[in-house]
Amino acid sequence: MTINRRELLGYSAAALGVAAVGLPQIAKAAAGELTIAYNVNLPSWDPTTGPSAVNPTIQGLYQSVFDQFIPQKPDLSFAPGLLTEWGWNDDRTKVMMTVREGVTWHDGSPFTPEDVVWSLQRAGDEKTGNPIQFVWKNVKNFKIDGNKITGDVVQFDPVYFKWMSFLTGYILPKAYYEKVGAEGFEKAPIGTGPYMVEKFERNAFLRLKANPTYWGGKPAFENVTIKFVTDAASRVAEIESGSSQVTLEIPYEEYDRLIAKDGLAGSCKNVSDIGMIFFNNKDAMLDKNVRQAAVMAVDKELLVKRLLRGYGQPIATLETPEYAAYDPSIKVEHNPEKAKELLAASGYSPKKPAKITIQTTKGFKPKDYEMVQAIVGMWRKVGIEATIEVYEIAKHYELRAAHKLAPAAFYNWGNAIGDPTTSTGFAMFGPSPHSSWKTDDLDAKIGPLWGEKDEAKRIAGWKAVDKYIAEQAYVLPVLQFAQPVVHAKGVKVVQHLSGALLPALMTPA
Amino acid sequence: MLLQRFLIRLLTMLITLFGVAVVVFVVIRVAPGDPIAMMLPPGATDADIARLRALYGLDKTIVQQFFIWLSGVVRGDFGTSISLRQDVLGLVFNRLPATLELAIVALLMAVALGGTTAIIGARERGTAVEAGIDIASGAALSIPDFLWGLVLILLFGVLVPIFDISGRVSPQLDLPFVTQFYLFESILRLRLDLTWDLLKHMLMPAVALALPLAAIISQLLKQSLKEVLDLDYVVLARVKGFSETQVILREALKNAALPTLTLVGVQFTFLIGGTVIVERLFSYEGLGNMAIDAVINRDLPLIQGIVLVFALLFVLINLAVDMMYALLNPRLRRG
Repeated sequence: MTINRRELLGYSAAALGVAAVGLPQIAKAAAGELTIAYNVNLPSWDPTTGPSAVNPTIQGLYQSVFDQFIPQKPDLSFAPGLLTEWGWNDDRTKVMMTVREGVTWHDGSPFTPEDVVWSLQRAGDEKTGNPIQFVWKNVKNFKIDGNKITGDVVQFDPVYFKWMSFLTGYILPKAYYEKVGAEGFEKAPIGTGPYMVEKFERNAFLRLKANPTYWGGKPAFENVTIKFVTDAASRVAEIESGSSQVTLEIPYEEYDRLIAKDGLAGSCKNVSDIGMIFFNNKDAMLDKNVRQAAVMAVDKELLVKRLLRGYGQPIATLETPEYAAYDPSIKVEHNPEKAKELLAASGYSPKKPAKITIQTTKGFKPKDYEMVQAIVGMWRKVGIEATIEVYEIAKHYELRAAHKLAPAAFYNWGNAIGDPTTSTGFAMFGPSPHSSWKTDDLDAKIGPLWGEKDEAKRIAGWKAVDKYIAEQAYVLPVLQFAQPVVHAKGVKVVQHLSGALLPALMTPA
Repeated sequence: MLLQRFLIRLLTMLITLFGVAVVVFVVIRVAPGDPIAMMLPPGATDADIARLRALYGLDKTIVQQFFIWLSGVVRGDFGTSISLRQDVLGLVFNRLPATLELAIVALLMAVALGGTTAIIGARERGTAVEAGIDIASGAALSIPDFLWGLVLILLFGVLVPIFDISGRVSPQLDLPFVTQFYLFESILRLRLDLTWDLLKHMLMPAVALALPLAAIISQLLKQSLKEVLDLDYVVLARVKGFSETQVILREALKNAALPTLTLVGVQFTFLIGGTVIVERLFSYEGLGNMAIDAVINRDLPLIQGIVLVFALLFVLINLAVDMMYALLNPRLRRG
């Protein structure tokens, strides 16, 4: 048989096409393999120092490799981990911890109480650059007795143990870190977590291998590849093409479309992130009537239903139902007519509106700009004319730290540990660099709660603060965000309400 | 004469780089977004903020900061990245090869595609074929590279999944490379399996970058060819019995290509600039992708390092084009 040149080219092209089309299918068929299209890059491997340490979006990656002092279950409740017991003495002058025995680091060396103490001391040392040093420095003089640790309280912080589940609350290997140094640790990090780092290409991918001796049981997937795909459209393509089996943080429209497709499923639970509008104590916002009208005019149910396709939940305070100080009895009514009356009492009307500026990001959170547009429309109907100013999130941080935000500014606030200090507290307490409303009346109510030793009294105190804030309309809480996760039907995904996507919580369906 | 021209260009290049350094340094410091404000922990006090400012050298005046940075640059120390906490120069040179490979492959594609369509268009001038090429060129030019990227992802990433949508190489593969020029090294090592994997990741972003440039090359070269094809020496070649294709390739192309060469040089710098968005879209681990992260994180030392290296690339390319043009153009060669 003879083949002419034209036929040869044709056959070659066909063979190449078939081979190429087949390759992705082969790649995804490997057993025990899981590929996740992740939405952010991982800048650094030390979860306790530098800007990465306080970046909530990468905590899921850290938690796959390192263990926190105290882990949180997917419902945000606290559970025994490397610390099996923890607490204070009666007068709150000492902390006590019990360390789990029989745990090993990824290099096979034993995990010891010295690792816990070293991690706490290092975190509390301002020279190491731990951004949460202001918490860790509150306990010193640790003593080890077998697998028990005690420490002296320098300044009582009721949230000390909760921070052990939060930003920078990770245990690192003392001997290994001291041997390889910061640079060596960055190149080859080890932890006690469910997965070991096999390969890491910055801005490209992370290959994880299951830790066979993990104290919590070996994870279901032997190999996990996490691709850093920062563009939402590309993540959609990754999951739709079968190149990845799990992805997250895609537009709700795409979520609905994808989960309707054969072979794909999804989960979209409310997580600990909220959307809110900071009020600043200046201009028209100094008028209580204007603030209350601005809150009452907003139909949050409509925003969730129309703009977010029903995903998310309206909130009345900065506490979501999962938080410790959530009080369902605090209600903020949607009442445009009453809003008009309040504004009229201050001399404003739709024809003679109160004029303010509202700042927002555009695309930083789902429908942030669109939500603000809708809110401005609702305000206009009652007599508030707001000019929208779009800025980048970096500008928001700069203005907020300098107390120069506009009278209203949209922002999202995460609070994975669900404590009121890390939501209402830091967002509303005047001296905090993250607050916008700074008045003495509110600070006087919040101030005593920081060191309150009676937990029940502390939580009740924060609920009272939330109620006061709602009455005074010092902030406009909008909604609790839902996090869309799309996955192949062959994978079962358990969503963690902190928003961390954890491969260890994924199993073959 | 050529040497003098080279030295003048070299001096201009240094002045340009200094200007870029000044502008970038000042602009990113007066632009909105304070890197310290972005990393403030919830309980940060004024003292904490001051400590962080001092740690990153941001407590000094812009002029002081500039000269500290410049003296470092002269010694080859571009500083330490705030977000990645690594040496900036190391980070940049680690990523630069990926971007260069992508840009070079895109350029080769653009030249091949644009050159071929230009020759065909010139040969078939006045026919429906030329009109078809003009329409295709218009479409390729009017759609920006990132949009081409999205179209390609949909076509060859989702509908017919031939190519990989994200990354530079499959994570499962073990790479034996000693340089960051993965593609070139895989070819030199005859590891064609790796070459294929790299190409599967690179082709879509490269095509997205190449299409607008191919259209420009096609239009300009075709026009130049059409002008040259009416000149006496070309007519003489036809009289000698050469076919139209031979006339174009042997006689017309050399002279017609000169203006295109200058344009390709200029456009290549734009193409490198285009990698920023395209790399992001395809999660390609190049310098452009890192630049976006640096901007988002307000990582001032890293932004400065990346911009300066991009600027250096641009001036070097322009210098190379200028020198090549002088070499190829007899009038300039003779001074």
